[in-house]
Amino acid sequence: MKLTRTAIIVLLAAIFMMLPLIAGAGETLDAVKGRGHLIVGVHSSLFGFGMPDEKGVWRGLDVDTGRAVATAVFGSPDKIKFITLTTQTRFTALQSKEIDVLCRNATRTLTRETELGLTFVATNYYDGQGFMVPKKLGVKQAKELDGATICVLPGTTTEQNVSDYFRTYKISMKPVVIEQATELNKAFFAGRCDCLTSDASQLASVRAVAPNPDDYVILPEIISKEPLSPAVRHGDDQWRDIVDFAVLAMIAAEDLGINSKNLDEMLKSNDPNIKRFLGVTPGNGKALGLDEKWAYNIVKYVGNYGEVFERNVGKNTSLKLPRGLNAQWKDGGLMYSPPFK
Amino acid sequence: MRTPIPASAVEDLKPPVSSAGPLGWLRANLFKGPFNSLLTLFILFCLYKMAPPLIRWAFIDSYWFSDADVCRAGDGACWSVVSQNLRFILFGFYPYLLQWRPAMAVLILIGLFFYSRDTGRWNRRLGVVWAAGLVVMGILMHGGVLGLAEVETDQWGGISLTLLLALFGLTAAYPLGVLLALGRRSRLPAIKTVCVIYIELIRGVPLISMLFMASVMFPLFLPEGVTINKILRAQAAIILFTAAYIAEVVRGGLQAIPRGQYEAAESLGLNYSQKMRLIILPQALKIVIPPTVSILISAFKDTSLVVIIGLFDLLKTTQVTLSNPAWIRFSAEAYLFIAVLYFLGCFSMSNFSRHLEKELKA
Repeated sequence: MKLTRTAIIVLLAAIFMMLPLIAGAGETLDAVKGRGHLIVGVHSSLFGFGMPDEKGVWRGLDVDTGRAVATAVFGSPDKIKFITLTTQTRFTALQSKEIDVLCRNATRTLTRETELGLTFVATNYYDGQGFMVPKKLGVKQAKELDGATICVLPGTTTEQNVSDYFRTYKISMKPVVIEQATELNKAFFAGRCDCLTSDASQLASVRAVAPNPDDYVILPEIISKEPLSPAVRHGDDQWRDIVDFAVLAMIAAEDLGINSKNLDEMLKSNDPNIKRFLGVTPGNGKALGLDEKWAYNIVKYVGNYGEVFERNVGKNTSLKLPRGLNAQWKDGGLMYSPPFK
Repeated sequence: MRTPIPASAVEDLKPPVSSAGPLGWLRANLFKGPFNSLLTLFILFCLYKMAPPLIRWAFIDSYWFSDADVCRAGDGACWSVVSQNLRFILFGFYPYLLQWRPAMAVLILIGLFFYSRDTGRWNRRLGVVWAAGLVVMGILMHGGVLGLAEVETDQWGGISLTLLLALFGLTAAYPLGVLLALGRRSRLPAIKTVCVIYIELIRGVPLISMLFMASVMFPLFLPEGVTINKILRAQAAIILFTAAYIAEVVRGGLQAIPRGQYEAAESLGLNYSQKMRLIILPQALKIVIPPTVSILISAFKDTSLVVIIGLFDLLKTTQVTLSNPAWIRFSAEAYLFIAVLYFLGCFSMSNFSRHLEKELKA
């Protein structure tokens, strides 16, 4: 009898402790400000997106997105801590409040948004799965890959996408599954498979380090949609807005023609959109619960989206990624920011 | 009557040339019988085929301090992947300008190990030396006092993290394991049951799942706003895991002690703790030195599993370096380098245990 009662008390205590997680209550912004720094979950070793350089300084598109959020809150990109997460630990880390925001090339999907209780904000990179083949194979499009052996990483959506694609077009293929990305690439270059499939951004980086990059072509087909977006927990809408608009501010700045170099000239601009954006005409900051200079600071310390893109994955990096889908809407891309008013 | 043989008649005959000296050695060991001869020739042929290209790759054509582009143009080993990224591989995120501090800490630790190698120094002073050494290491690593800038634990990484996890993991797991072994042989049913359940539960799951529990599940059960340091959580998982294995090894040692020793100790009027401390454990622990060291060595290597919960130990910092497209092709060189580091660690442990066995005449 006594034992049952103890068991019930323990159970209730456990449920009580879990409650805050279920309700998702608590103001994340206050917690972040109280702590004095932002905690961002990132990839540990994805070149161009999240990875430390040889001095241990974090670099990457996702990393800079995290810095933009920190800058929006604190006015400084350095009040930030990075926690590295694996594909397995990334969502639980957000749920258990170990991190404030997840910037780790996560694809926004319906089930992640609903069942995992996450809210994805504005996409900071549009990716998609593609194919790379040796030029001497003479293949011009993916449908010609009938009977090909295909190198693929196991356990990701990549493997599923490729078999779905080949089933849809009723063509045959033989997958060669290799666990480690570096080994996978070596197998492809050694000719163990006819074709390598992965996200297009990855293919570009693999091609860049090929013994002879010109011997390989990336086929034009993109067989899946991978909108990579930062994520926050369900239930704190103010925090969601801040993270969302921190990403959008970088996109909007590029759209408005503001970059880290011409920023201070732009303060004198007569364009009401620019005035509102930079906080010369106040309002946006107050609405978000931030300093009026928040967007100004993001552009100043992190840069606009184009600058961030070029710095991490653009033409002058070893990834050499074209803007493609990630160009501004005016240039035929998908980067489109709502008005800042 | 036998006439003595004149000394001049006795000639000092040397053994035939073919069975003495280097030639004899060759014959006895390498070319004894057609099968052995064939095997020797085959191995010599393999060496002839493999060694020169290997030496050419590793030493003659290799690059030691170049940048990645130079390496890619040549076809020798690219040791530059290690030399150019050495500080990140060894110290991870520790602030670049402060990396002399973990370097000092590691050197102090190695010095302490050398100091304690001699069993003649095993007295109270050794404890003091270790305590002082650990305090100095702690101050160097963490800072925050004596004008050293504070460096929080989440910035620790590389070899200092590996050694830290191994050192505290092993030193804390050993006494815990001994206690568990004693508990499992206890006559009190409650203590015995708890120890048996603990040991069997822990031995029944892989270390990876323990680390996942520590890093993923555990925070979900903590009340709002309470977080426990990630390194501490991993450290606790390693300690709990290793202790269960040590417990079983020590129990084997306890069982090997003849009953007469227990009875003799009791007949001297020693109580339980005196009996164990003075008679049983010194003998039992001595017997189990080799299997204990095996477990410690494998636990040392197992610290590399913290990779999966996002801690940057030696293996992880190397992997991160290799995911830079510039260096991605030189994984063999980088992994060889850390293999050498791990080998040095493990070999000195087993070397020390052999030395210890000889000294204690186990």
